[in-house]
Amino acid sequence: MKKWECVVCGWIYDEEAGAPEEGIPPGTRWEDVPDDFICPDCGVGKEDFEMVEI
Amino acid sequence: MSNSTAPIVIIGSGLAGYNLAKELRKLDAEQSLLMITGDDGRSYSKPMLSTGYGKGKTADELAMNTAAGMADQLNMTVRTNTRVTAIDVAAHTVSINDETVEYSKLVLAWGAEAVGPRIEGGAEDRVFSINDLEDYAAFRAVADGKKRVLIMGAGLIGCEFANDMTAGGFECEIVAPCDQTFPTLLPAPAASAVQAGLEGIGVKFHLGPLVSRIERDGEGVIATLDNGDTIQADVVVSAIGLRPRTQLAADAGIKVNHGIVADRLLQTSAEDVYTLGDCAEVEGRVLLYVLPLMASARALAKTLTGTPTEVSYGVMPVSVKTPACPVVVSPPPAGDAAGRWIVEQEGNDVQAEFRNEAGDLLGYALTGAKVANKVALNKELPAIMP
Repeated sequence: MKKWECVVCGWIYDEEAGAPEEGIPPGTRWEDVPDDFICPDCGVGKEDFEMVEI
Repeated sequence: MSNSTAPIVIIGSGLAGYNLAKELRKLDAEQSLLMITGDDGRSYSKPMLSTGYGKGKTADELAMNTAAGMADQLNMTVRTNTRVTAIDVAAHTVSINDETVEYSKLVLAWGAEAVGPRIEGGAEDRVFSINDLEDYAAFRAVADGKKRVLIMGAGLIGCEFANDMTAGGFECEIVAPCDQTFPTLLPAPAASAVQAGLEGIGVKFHLGPLVSRIERDGEGVIATLDNGDTIQADVVVSAIGLRPRTQLAADAGIKVNHGIVADRLLQTSAEDVYTLGDCAEVEGRVLLYVLPLMASARALAKTLTGTPTEVSYGVMPVSVKTPACPVVVSPPPAGDAAGRWIVEQEGNDVQAEFRNEAGDLLGYALTGAKVANKVALNKELPAIMP
């Protein structure tokens, strides 16, 4: 499981935790997150996330 | 007269300008695009200027791409270090000194400027505003290796910088002529929690007095407050406020108020001239945050490619980057908000809900562990501009 960070605001998507409040169940891999997903904090699209080691 | 073969011209290379260009390119690969920017045109995220020290990133590392790289990626022309000097809305042209450039549509995305402090004492070159990547680079060039930072302003930017610079090893003191942090954004208990959180990592606050004089003192400065106190520091950061840039638009006869006045199509009072981001006032709202800017970029890209699309603002809480005491706030609407704050507090964990007499939630402020409750509260909040 990996983590992905929004390069615009720093919000973290943790694959293990998912984003249940956005309708993404825990354990959802980033590649399986819908293409129209937007960052809940700043609204940028999926292309503006990058994988991070935390 | 509109010239449909002329490019869409975007003035400004911040998040607003580049995200609009990205959204436009998703809809139209061919439309001629010209960006004109007074900066070096590097693509970066302004909110990340508040976390550079904590994440160990220099200005160069915060830059995500060069202007040339963005021009290539988005199949557009980017003119850097170039200032538009005038706009002729009737002729559909902008001037760059003696040069005239035609546009089919013009987008004003030049952002907000830092309010400059009026300070006597002759040490202006040691007082920095950090409002863009180049400002950040200039500040780091002077500040890195030093120790004591005086921050003027206890709002969002002042508190974020204090937290980040403390993480970077600086000793920070905040001076602001108000009786709490975030004077326009947070109710007092939430503001006190942030202050306590920052004090817990070593930030010192001087709330109430104004910095009246800053003088050189060896390599650093000595600041005199209007209560007579003095503070020694190596460098000063001014974070006393931002205001939308409007002058060039006003000079062109475009209607301005606090920001450049736009309707929900993001159109200004001038035909074929649009605006978005920190310089825009959309139906009376100036919102200096990324979320409204992104919603605007998506809507405006559609409008500019032939599908007029009004922008909608949903629930748009602001996350403040103060890890010492995290904050999420959705301010109640200004002016017509009749209601009161209902506050629950355990230490620095504050949940403040702004409700009207009928009990409807109109805004909230959460600090510390309570920020986790934003999800539930967001569901209860009305959209800002449905």
